[in-house]
Amino acid sequence: MAAGANASLVKDGIQTLWVPREEVHEKLRGLKSEYRMLYDLTAIDERDRVHREGEPESDFTAVYHLYSFDRNEYIRIKTPLAESALSLDSITDIWPAADWYEREVWDMFGIQFSGHPHLQRILMPRTWVGHPLRKDHPARATEMGPFQLSEEKEEREQEALRFRPEEWGFERSHDDSDFIFLNLGPQHPGTHGVLRIVLQLDGEAIVHAVPEIGFHHRGAEKMGERQSWHTYIPYTDRVDYLGGVMNNLAYLTALEKLAGVPIPPRAQTIRVMLAELFRIISHLVWYGTFAQDLGQMSPVFYTFNDRERAFGIIEAVCGARMHPNWFRLGGVAQDLPRGWDKLFLDFIDYFPPKLAEYDREVLRNKIFQKRTKGVGVLTTEQAIEWGLTGPNLRACGLEWDFRKKQPYSGYENFEFDIPTGTHGDCYDRAVVRVEEMRQSLRIIEQCVRNMPEGPYKSLHPLATPPLKEHTMEDIETLITHFLGVSWGPVIPPGEALGAIEATKGNNGYYLVSDGSTVSYRTRIRTPSFAHMQALPLQVRGRMIPDLLAVLGAMDFVLADIDR
Amino acid sequence: MTSPYPFAAIFGVLIVALTIAAGLIWLERRLLALFQDRYGPNRAGPFGLLQVLADMIKIFLKEDWIPPFADRTVFVLAPAVIVVAVLLSFAVLPIAPGIIVSDLNIGLLWVLAMSSLGVYSIVLGGWASDNKYSLLGAMRASAQMLSYEVFMGLSLMGVVLLAGSFDLVHIVEAQRHLWFVIPQFLGFVLFLIAGLAETRRIPFDLPEAESELIAGFHSEYSGMKFGMFFVGEYLGVVLISSLITVLFFGGWLGPLLPPLLWFFIKMFAFICFFILVRASLPRPRFDQLMAWAWKIMLPLALANLMVTGAVVLAWGK
Repeated sequence: MAAGANASLVKDGIQTLWVPREEVHEKLRGLKSEYRMLYDLTAIDERDRVHREGEPESDFTAVYHLYSFDRNEYIRIKTPLAESALSLDSITDIWPAADWYEREVWDMFGIQFSGHPHLQRILMPRTWVGHPLRKDHPARATEMGPFQLSEEKEEREQEALRFRPEEWGFERSHDDSDFIFLNLGPQHPGTHGVLRIVLQLDGEAIVHAVPEIGFHHRGAEKMGERQSWHTYIPYTDRVDYLGGVMNNLAYLTALEKLAGVPIPPRAQTIRVMLAELFRIISHLVWYGTFAQDLGQMSPVFYTFNDRERAFGIIEAVCGARMHPNWFRLGGVAQDLPRGWDKLFLDFIDYFPPKLAEYDREVLRNKIFQKRTKGVGVLTTEQAIEWGLTGPNLRACGLEWDFRKKQPYSGYENFEFDIPTGTHGDCYDRAVVRVEEMRQSLRIIEQCVRNMPEGPYKSLHPLATPPLKEHTMEDIETLITHFLGVSWGPVIPPGEALGAIEATKGNNGYYLVSDGSTVSYRTRIRTPSFAHMQALPLQVRGRMIPDLLAVLGAMDFVLADIDR
Repeated sequence: MTSPYPFAAIFGVLIVALTIAAGLIWLERRLLALFQDRYGPNRAGPFGLLQVLADMIKIFLKEDWIPPFADRTVFVLAPAVIVVAVLLSFAVLPIAPGIIVSDLNIGLLWVLAMSSLGVYSIVLGGWASDNKYSLLGAMRASAQMLSYEVFMGLSLMGVVLLAGSFDLVHIVEAQRHLWFVIPQFLGFVLFLIAGLAETRRIPFDLPEAESELIAGFHSEYSGMKFGMFFVGEYLGVVLISSLITVLFFGGWLGPLLPPLLWFFIKMFAFICFFILVRASLPRPRFDQLMAWAWKIMLPLALANLMVTGAVVLAWGK
């Protein structure tokens, strides 16, 4: 049953193959020459699903998404698994990047991967009982009885967090010297959040680094199975919490493929304009904190001041700042306010001189260059191998931007350049991001000058909430409006991947609908997860300050890693 | 030529030095705020000046915590060492004619000796804390001090050659016609950099390096013991600024205004410069810092010394 793509359920046009579990390892190995990036690996608990017309029998389905740069297309491989035999061959020998993804699938679904070097929980605590994304696992704390932390439990939890070098195959000493094992985090000023990196040190030189994630895990994917399609939008804001509406866009790109809702041009342009402003906002945070990671005190204050200005605009348009929750199925929440264009034009005038000033302060600073040039070098091949996307990939010299390569939301109508680096080091990543801010400004200016007239939300019946002004015309429209507001939209059965060029790289939502008001499975593929997994590769043999430079240049958000 | 009222001089210098060091807490925060487009402390008292008092009350009332795993004696002793060492250096500092605690004829050597003692404080504090971050900080401190003190001393030998004395009063008097910053410009720049390193401030704050080592050698310190390190750092800034004034900018010498005022004007100019540097520069990596000291600064200091020596020999006295 190797082929058998089901055209009716696949709504995103991605070629989908069902491969039995005995053959999937070989199949993926064969595909690698063409599809070089392991884009995502996840699973679906199919046991409660109703609409599976034409799909093979399975209790759990493993889903591999691969991406080909030569063909500029994704491919989806699905493997059916029976509950009695929940195991697969690990593909870590084909893609080393499968390591974390397979651990996550094991953690969340309890699917075994034979041949995996370190199949441990990754997001949940090691002491956790059950696999959260299974349908029979409770979704709310209130379903689990009152929480109590007895002393024994506290000790057990702390003991579970202790790092045991032997588990990772590390030696405690070498020749006549002992290694230092240093816990960098989860509370550390340099990790930008609750991230733990265990370092094996020889003096100050890093022999090995093991990132430990999951401290910021909030079950965003599980919540997707609980919230209605519409009320899940605010949760997406909080995934890459520096990206604001950019997250809405990624989610809605997938959702609108499922719903088949066309987006009016004005709504598309508003989306692009706000998303690009959020790209600037996110990069400004990165710029300041990166300089601070390298010991430079002041830039963070300047960039946060500029970010404040940009937030002023976001606030005027959306009423909120970091988490505007502004895009809707079928458009945006409201039309632009009066006088919006002046706000944007003022910012377009204000910002470029500031960027030039920061170039002088930061990028052209000799100490800054010494700290970043030649540090954390990755080749294009390594970057693709490890699933890097966004500025981190472009810094290696590959001009690959999904806004250009697979335009969405009308990006094909804009003129902008794709900045790239050449060396793939921390410095080039910085240069690429700084130049991206200039390009985003260009896009915003084009949006302001050519904002189309027309509705800000689609008239399609699934647009949520439906436009109010037509509700009083006939009873059918009124009923549609009432249901759309109270239940939320009912999305036809199917599955779709919506992937966009978010602030940090390719952010994709893989949604499965079972024809109901809530999602059956919400998978969030985030760029930071892949980027963090490639950290040890970049810091082995270097010093602690280099680790901080690499972390700063990576531009990750903990919620984007842990979800 | 020691002051006629030794106790008055001792207490005077002590009080002035400590007051300035405490005042620097305010000055640095306000200046950094100015450079960084924000307000800084401006609520307590006029211009927020009473912030110093509030900070001191806070730090005195904090729990005096000693980690159970630390080496108690050394842990307590370490912060005192730095304050004592720096304060002892002030003893030979000529502030104005007649205002000096002890006019030693080896004054400059005394200062260098005392400032070398300061690093013990850091190393012992970091070691006694029994914390990996502190240990790494202490390790960095010892390596950094070792490399920077070598050329710090050497960079001053040009001044000594020109003045023909280690006595700081003589050195000031020798600048009556020409400040040493002109003939010894290279020496001045070298000493300025070494001085920055000596006070362990950005870009030389590697032993502390908050984004890498949390707080480095004083990660485990809190309350007044942390306060001692803090005051020690500011005293160091005052000392280095005073030394630059005395050695290169003619100390109290200057037209019209009283000598005391001249001294403080020059000193504060350098303090402000130190704060500006802190607001501007990132931190180099440890190995880069070391390479810089040994491969660039030390040869330059040696060259400076040899050229100065040759010139002094050729022209004679």
